[in-house]
Amino acid sequence: MKMPFGIDAPLGMIEPLIIVSVLGILLLLVDLLLPHGKKHHTAWLALAGIVYAMIRTYSQLGQFQVGYSGMVVLDSLSTVLNLLFLASTGVVILLSMPFLKKEDVEPSEYYALLLFATAGMMILGSGLDLITLFLGIEVLSISLYILAGYRRDSDASNEAAMKYFLLGAFASSVLLYGIALVYGATGTTSLVRIAETVSGSATMPEGLMFAGVALILVGLAFKVAAAPFHMWTPDVYEGAPTPITAFLSAGPKAAAFAALIRTFFIGFGPIQAEWNTILAVIAALTMTIGNIAAIAQTRVKRMLAYSSIAHSGYVLIGIVAGGAAGGAAAVFYLFAYVAMNLGAFAVIVLLEHKGERGEELRDYAGIGFRYPVIGALLSLFMISLSGIPPTAGFMGKLYLFGAAVQSGHVLLAVIGVLNSAISVFYYLRLMVLMYMREEQETLPAIRVPLTLAICLLVAAVATLWPGLWPSAWIGAAREGMRALFS
Amino acid sequence: MSGTLTILGMPILSLLIFLPLVGTALVLMIPSSKPGAVRGTAFLVSVLTFVLSIPLITMLDGARSGMQFVERKEWVPNLGISYFLGVDGISALLIVMTTFLSAIAILSSFGAITNRVKTYYATLLALETGMIGVFAALDLVLFYVFWEAVLIPMYLIIGVWGGPRRVYAAVKFILYTVAGSLLMLVAILYLYFSFHAATGEFTFDLLRLYNTPLSHPAQLWLFGAFALAFAIKVPMFPFHTWLPDAHVEAPTAGSVILAGVLLKMGTYGFVRFAMPLFPDAAHELAPLMILLAVIGIIYGALVAMVQPDMKKLVAYSSVSHLGFVMLGLFAMNTQGLQGGVIQMINHGLSTGALFLAVGIIYERRHTREISEFGGIAEILPWFAAFFLIICLSSLGLPGLNGFIGEFLILLGAFRVHPKVAAIAATGVILAAVYLLWMYQRVMFGPVTNEKNRGLRDLSPREFWTLAPVLLMILWLGVYPNPFLRKLDGSVADLVARMGRTMAQVDKPGQALPASAAGGAEPAADAAVPAVDAAGPAAVPAEGGSR
Repeated sequence: MKMPFGIDAPLGMIEPLIIVSVLGILLLLVDLLLPHGKKHHTAWLALAGIVYAMIRTYSQLGQFQVGYSGMVVLDSLSTVLNLLFLASTGVVILLSMPFLKKEDVEPSEYYALLLFATAGMMILGSGLDLITLFLGIEVLSISLYILAGYRRDSDASNEAAMKYFLLGAFASSVLLYGIALVYGATGTTSLVRIAETVSGSATMPEGLMFAGVALILVGLAFKVAAAPFHMWTPDVYEGAPTPITAFLSAGPKAAAFAALIRTFFIGFGPIQAEWNTILAVIAALTMTIGNIAAIAQTRVKRMLAYSSIAHSGYVLIGIVAGGAAGGAAAVFYLFAYVAMNLGAFAVIVLLEHKGERGEELRDYAGIGFRYPVIGALLSLFMISLSGIPPTAGFMGKLYLFGAAVQSGHVLLAVIGVLNSAISVFYYLRLMVLMYMREEQETLPAIRVPLTLAICLLVAAVATLWPGLWPSAWIGAAREGMRALFS
Repeated sequence: MSGTLTILGMPILSLLIFLPLVGTALVLMIPSSKPGAVRGTAFLVSVLTFVLSIPLITMLDGARSGMQFVERKEWVPNLGISYFLGVDGISALLIVMTTFLSAIAILSSFGAITNRVKTYYATLLALETGMIGVFAALDLVLFYVFWEAVLIPMYLIIGVWGGPRRVYAAVKFILYTVAGSLLMLVAILYLYFSFHAATGEFTFDLLRLYNTPLSHPAQLWLFGAFALAFAIKVPMFPFHTWLPDAHVEAPTAGSVILAGVLLKMGTYGFVRFAMPLFPDAAHELAPLMILLAVIGIIYGALVAMVQPDMKKLVAYSSVSHLGFVMLGLFAMNTQGLQGGVIQMINHGLSTGALFLAVGIIYERRHTREISEFGGIAEILPWFAAFFLIICLSSLGLPGLNGFIGEFLILLGAFRVHPKVAAIAATGVILAAVYLLWMYQRVMFGPVTNEKNRGLRDLSPREFWTLAPVLLMILWLGVYPNPFLRKLDGSVADLVARMGRTMAQVDKPGQALPASAAGGAEPAADAAVPAVDAAGPAAVPAEGGSR
């Protein structure tokens, strides 16, 4: 479908992206019209838009189209990932509603920023050009910087935003420098043509190319919070408003991985041998540092921050394993990770109270019997995060480690399982506290807001379903990868 | 492959696996204000499960080789994972022992567990589902799922309803087990891809994977990974340190299940997975395993002897007894294997009963220190009689169950390593020393502690908790043949597989000519026909290997 003036800009293929972006702008306007106290209603509008975008995205399943001068692609991978991004944003919106009310935060541009961030993720998921990639990262990151500091009255939140902004901007510039070097080496920013150049010509300046690849890797490693570029994670995760922490650890991380998969599998695929070992070391380091540091934490959000670093390491295993199998395993693990992690954060949102309660690990003492359903759900998410069956976390790890073994990275798989064993310790510590320690003070009865209940239900189903009947999910992940390798 | 027995339209193995889980749901639906209804429901479900499991033994054809009551459904077809269940004599006996001990454990908890009653019985029933699943699963991923699914309920039982150091014990238990089993997961995946490399097919079907051609070093590594997971569970000598902690802290029912069933998951793992999957490596490392087993026998017995705490004594006696089981298994002949398997059952009954007895004393005095007691026999005559029979059965007195197992094991071991068998036999004597010495100090002599004067004898419930176990102890001791006959086919299978595959894959470079030319030669044991229950399916797997 050609647009007038001969511009290669088929709007249909980016329809969900347009819906989300336009909706974001619309929300800014609607927010102005609503009187004070009614501004919370923008959440429902945002949610409706997300659901509509999901429906439209679903209808795109199976389509394949390249447009915008080869900068944007619509394939199974982008569709599957867009569904994941939209679903995670939807859950975060549901999560934010009770949170903002409870903590007395004006929503104003909050939901609009969430939607802009989602648009950024969707650009990342369908970028076929380093410029598109950078555009996506910036749209995503700038929204996140603001969201991390959304609680203007809180020092921690401000500190988180500042740290995230300074380090994030630095990482973005490193990434951009890498893109420039790769452009210098190959004369193009299109991933497909980079791959052709790299595999075709003998005259490519290798040093320039490898320096560029290394810098791009550094930039993306920062975004997925891989060691040794993970330092910002604990502070930002701890300081940001909890629903934003949940958001950060889910969608944006998955989006950064999508960019990593596209860039390295397509663009740098022909020189896989050169970057594979580095990535393997980063994966091992990330898992180990994340898991060991998580043991020492006493605050829940910090612990989950390090846990999310560790999980980045697991996903990297899939990328190191490479090929359709490794990529599919990584994508499947991202499904599982997003579901269980959002679930865990939903419980935290439910239990924390104006910075007085629910932040320290010891605040969880005795809640297993005080709030049996919530305790059971948090246990489910922890069990899944530690990779014990019958949960999505287990199937994800089975698939990931399987891909690693298949590609001959047995050592990496062994490091992965040893890390899982370490992680059992701190995930189950929450269960120890919940079930094996007495509550410190009599905990008040708790009322679960409807939106949070929906979040918990969605997360629990999405954690159990791929664990018990993973076929359809594995099929979706494989379908996505098939597009990439055809 | 026999037709599957169905009860009420459900295939028997699935029914047994999921009935306790239904019980969990039922128990959770009863309001916590009615602990009586909770107990009753849990007990009824467990008894029903036991009754329904009896046909597994009575209708099993013990002479036949291969798996029976087989069920197979696709589970994750795109990864080759199937819901594949089946039992042979070994697993059938273990499943029935599991359902039996679960019911006993639930009955024994009526008095001891007074807080969080509902969650307790729900957890115990969920645990039963996992345990039966472990013994019935024939797909490696399905097996792994059940294997791990057992951990969380046991962790909760120790950690929530245990003694003072329960959290430490629970965490230690789960970390030890998880570390071992995760390495096994990598080994499972490696095996899966090796099979794929040889045959072009992705499957986790155990019976097909038995025929995976593996290089010699690969066999050793994989056996090592599997053996580590199982050795921790058994527990074998250097990996046993979690056991005393877990046992001492666990509530009585937890100890009964832990000793009776969970440890058997380790030994069963060797019989079903580690040994037949990697027969070469098993043969090569047998001396090491036997050495560890014998160290376990002697070490466990010596440490048990000096324990001041009765429960710890019983815990260490488990290390010793499980050493016997391992010795029998790695003798790798018919007697040794049969003895090893029957000893698994015996240990479940005897040690389970010992823990019940210690629990009964503990509920009265809230101490397990041997020095706190003395002369109890005259105050609790019924208990004294029961306890004596249990001790005698545990130390292997002829006429009671322990003797049969230990005798067969030593017989098997003697055929292979006479000297080792001689050393191991001293373990029997040591068992008599620590058990009878404990019994003497607790039961005989004058009543030294006035607190013991007013103790009451067994209540009817306690009587009926112990009586069925004692009945089984006597039955197995006097007339074990019906049970041993059920093992014939499966043990012959195992012996044949160990002998045959060894010749086949011994030297990887010559694997094919050797198997083609000399497939019929090795050992007399190999005469057993149709070793694979997978039958036709197994043939292309072998044929297509090169």
